[in-house]
Amino acid sequence: MPKPNIIRFWHGLLRLLVTVVVILGIFGLFLWLMGRDPIKSYRDTFRLNLLNPRGLAEVVVRMSPLLLTALGVAIPFRAGLINVGAEGQFMMGALLGTWVALNLPGLSQSLHLLLVILAGMLGGAVWGAIPGALGWANETITTLLLNYLAPLVVGYFVFGPWRAPELAMYPQTPEFPPSARFPMFFPGTRMHLGFFLGLFFLLAYGYLISRSRWGLELRAVGGNPEAARRLGIPVERWIVGAMVLGGALAGLAGIAEVAAIHGRLKMAISPGYGFMGFLVNWLAFANPIGILIMSFLVAFIASSGFTLQLTQRLPYAAVNVLMALILFTVLAKPFAKGVRR
Amino acid sequence: MSNTDKTVVRLVGITKRFPGVLANDHVNLDLYPGEIHALLGENGAGKSTLMKILYGFYRADSGKIYVHGQEVQIRSPLDARKLGIGMVFQGFALIPALTVAENVALFMARLPRVLRPHNLHRVVEEASQRYGLELDPNAPVWQLSVGEQQKVELLKLLLAQARILIFDEPTKVLVPHEVEALFRVFAELRADGYSLIFITHKLREALACADRITVMRQGRVVGTVRPAEATEETLVNMMFGEHLAEVSRPPHGRNPGEPVLELRHVHAPRQGIAPALEDLNLVVREGEIVGVAGVSGNGQRELGDVILGLLRIAKGRKIFRGEDATRWPPRKLIRAGIAFIPEDPLGMAVVPWFSVLENFALLDPSRFSLWMGLRLSWARVRDSLQRGFARLELTPPPPYARAATLSGGNLQRLVLGRELSRPYHLVVGLYPTRGLDVRSANAVRQALLCAKEEGKGVLLISEDLQELFSLCDRLVVMLRGRIVGEFRPEETNVTEIGRVMTGTGVVHA
Amino acid sequence: MSWFLSWLSGAILYAAPILYPTLGEVVGQRTGMVNLGLEGLMLLGASISFAVSFLTQNAWVGILAAAGAGLTANFVYAWLVVHRNASQLAAGLALMFFGIGMSALIGKPYVGQMAAYLPKYPLLGPKSLVFRYDILVYFAFALAPLVWFFLFRTSFGLKLRAVGESPAIAYAAGVSPAFMRYFAAAFTGVMAAVGGAHLALGIAGTWSEGMTAGRGFIAIALVIFSRWNPLRAIIGALVFGGAVVLQLQLQAQGIGVSAFLMDMIPYVLTVLVLLVWGRGVRYVAPASLGRVYFGTE
Repeated sequence: MPKPNIIRFWHGLLRLLVTVVVILGIFGLFLWLMGRDPIKSYRDTFRLNLLNPRGLAEVVVRMSPLLLTALGVAIPFRAGLINVGAEGQFMMGALLGTWVALNLPGLSQSLHLLLVILAGMLGGAVWGAIPGALGWANETITTLLLNYLAPLVVGYFVFGPWRAPELAMYPQTPEFPPSARFPMFFPGTRMHLGFFLGLFFLLAYGYLISRSRWGLELRAVGGNPEAARRLGIPVERWIVGAMVLGGALAGLAGIAEVAAIHGRLKMAISPGYGFMGFLVNWLAFANPIGILIMSFLVAFIASSGFTLQLTQRLPYAAVNVLMALILFTVLAKPFAKGVRR
Repeated sequence: MSNTDKTVVRLVGITKRFPGVLANDHVNLDLYPGEIHALLGENGAGKSTLMKILYGFYRADSGKIYVHGQEVQIRSPLDARKLGIGMVFQGFALIPALTVAENVALFMARLPRVLRPHNLHRVVEEASQRYGLELDPNAPVWQLSVGEQQKVELLKLLLAQARILIFDEPTKVLVPHEVEALFRVFAELRADGYSLIFITHKLREALACADRITVMRQGRVVGTVRPAEATEETLVNMMFGEHLAEVSRPPHGRNPGEPVLELRHVHAPRQGIAPALEDLNLVVREGEIVGVAGVSGNGQRELGDVILGLLRIAKGRKIFRGEDATRWPPRKLIRAGIAFIPEDPLGMAVVPWFSVLENFALLDPSRFSLWMGLRLSWARVRDSLQRGFARLELTPPPPYARAATLSGGNLQRLVLGRELSRPYHLVVGLYPTRGLDVRSANAVRQALLCAKEEGKGVLLISEDLQELFSLCDRLVVMLRGRIVGEFRPEETNVTEIGRVMTGTGVVHA
Repeated sequence: MSWFLSWLSGAILYAAPILYPTLGEVVGQRTGMVNLGLEGLMLLGASISFAVSFLTQNAWVGILAAAGAGLTANFVYAWLVVHRNASQLAAGLALMFFGIGMSALIGKPYVGQMAAYLPKYPLLGPKSLVFRYDILVYFAFALAPLVWFFLFRTSFGLKLRAVGESPAIAYAAGVSPAFMRYFAAAFTGVMAAVGGAHLALGIAGTWSEGMTAGRGFIAIALVIFSRWNPLRAIIGALVFGGAVVLQLQLQAQGIGVSAFLMDMIPYVLTVLVLLVWGRGVRYVAPASLGRVYFGTE
């Protein structure tokens, strides 16, 4: 009898491919509805965002935070939780990482970076732990509220005690020292360490979730908490743990975005990466390869948004509408019924 | 049907089959106006199913229903209610957050657009006083005691203008004086011309309250008698079957060894409607099978949970192989050697979309993990599964099949193989053969016997008296969270145990 | 004293745009639906009302158009949840995305324009300078007790509440949970959109992207704060409005309390409420919400 993993693998892949095709179809339909020429639009985006090396690199740059925030949603999802707080965890990771970046001068880059990364993960982890630990285990409301508290906390610091003295268009912190900046690769692009970190954690997730003992237990908690309890698995601890892990990765996405792209903490560091991560996870059914593909796809859509803003004068807001349409479609399909964790 | 049929309800030839079990087998029942009719039998006899068919919750596979002499089709509870049939279920259909009046109003036939609480309360109070129900219309239901909630259910029926009232185990959750009050209400209703059927397993109550008693066993009607013509003895025989008295004795093995599990004066608090465990004393020794008999819902599941470490012990001690295990978490108990065979494997022991292999590995996965848990050796899992099943002489289910696709029997086989293929000292079986086909049930029993042969301790919690008598060395009976008797199967018989289970027997020391 | 009066006057004004979505969501959650897309609905309402009233030079046509759009958009959410068994949270988020994007597209040509502004009517006599409100403000505060009456004193309201507590029992009583949910969704959609419309036409007088600034999520918090009771929602809305006005006044006076700290008030307040009464919420919330809030859906 053939190994099940292979069957599942192909089945999952097929489902992903169909979803991708459907999404591209919706994209085209949407463009047509907006009065733009879909063929030309596709040509533009393919030419500029896929075939052009720099354009492609930009897509990958946008993909980096998505990989991590999607994981931030995927891990709790496997435990049966729905984490809508990636947005807030993203910002708190950026916040704590910023503090470490700005307040520990004179370190070597590798050490400073390590600390910055750890601080980012810690910020997100704490923000994820709060809802997890609030005894009555309701992660929806609390993650939502914390989502809204987070930018206010960041704003307080950015507009207040951490504000850079020099004048700028809008408030921001001073620039990070070079030792705290994420290194970039492939000169001429903005591809940075965050991408590789994202890949690393994605691979780790993919491996651990299906091949490790801890992944098995986590999935059991999400699959049948009653049975898991009877088998001796400490369910409550896993729930908090999953939120902590998810928060940590979303927090890492936050500090990566700041330390690599912006170089300083400001208010507008996330065009909704947390929510987009939720979308990616939903499209990918928490499957690691799916997350890779869907992160790329969503990043592609986002980049296309910017491209089409230039070539077709399509307002970027259309991208949000498109993502909504995609999510509506996925939710309405029969596929959505048998969501596996 | 002839016009001279004076019955208010007549069921003829009702047959209902569920997957794997024949719940009702050509059942006939009739009900006269102004009658209290008791439907008596032990669990699984088919009483509840029959009444649910009458109420439109289920549809019978064959048979006819006549109401007031006319044949009717009852396709849903709405149809039943239109015919004036109302049913009070065991778990009440009440909305805790709403008040008594609101709950009642929801089910009333004609409700005014604008609710005037004043009027509504008056209506509720009137009906309440008429039948001695004493309910406060304004009280939110979650504040009421279980007895009071039951009264609200009754009120709902009355105000929805039902004339045929069905009660499913109404006294199960009541204390003695509440039971008396309920029977007085029944008498009032009967005087007003209502017809009542109540399902029960307590024959004393049936004898005390009913005008006629119909006894069911294993889906069939055994007979219908008047209380004046029946004694407890005859009823018990009808319920449990005389021929069961001769049952094969367990083969005499070695004498039991050291105690594996001891529960000393264990108290566990109440959880919701489940009973609390009180002053429980139990010993299971190596090489013996101890059976726990009792009508389901008397604390058996709580007993299992306490042993597995899932339910906190408020007072008392639990000793496992000489060590105080009162506060041990479930994982520690599992590692120390407790195996558990549940009643509902799909809900309680496996993850439905995991494969058989994954579910197998889920029990103490540290056995199979390498690199501190970062990697699971599936080769080891497969190997362990094959060897374990071979040793138990069971056929393993296909390793890559998803658990949800397995039949009940195969699932239980999986659980058996998983639990018993590692080193263990005690097996706890909680209704392990419930709902299984004969072959699978026998496989389970055989596995338990083997465990005993190998010198393990076995605790078998079951409702199947035949099974208990044929497997156990010692038998205890649970009633309302306590152990009310301990017996040796060869010194007693099914009838006596049946009486102890239903609270009509004498408690043995 | 005059400071207090002008604060109170402002608080009432700013309470209105959040009272609408809160009332709408109270009804929605009373049928067991949590709608994370309120923000999107509000933005849709704001942008559409602004655009239409600009084009027709009639504020009321704009508000009507907004209400219609809100109702339609929320029906999509309701359909996904009721008939496709979709995750309420995901469907709500999709609605949020949709509203944010669509409103930006619709409003783009009108950024910075002035539209037909809603006229104001004095509460305390023609000579007072404060407590002058447009009709939507009065209507909001009048609506709350009406919603309360509807939920708690009519048989329809009873049946609606029953659906939110236990769809199974409601069904056994002959109520259609699907119908009730669509009804509630219509109400929620209209309310949220009108709230957004009021923000655009009654307070700001302009349109800008994202102008609701998270009110859609604050409304959800206010629903919990008000314990699913429309009368308490008034208090919650006033607290929120008061915080906004306080912040404006302090900023006008040049006091250095960070705007962010003021903005945190509603959220911190709600988290505190949840912590303090957290255990009790489980029994106060419509029971079938438990599926969404407390377990896996």
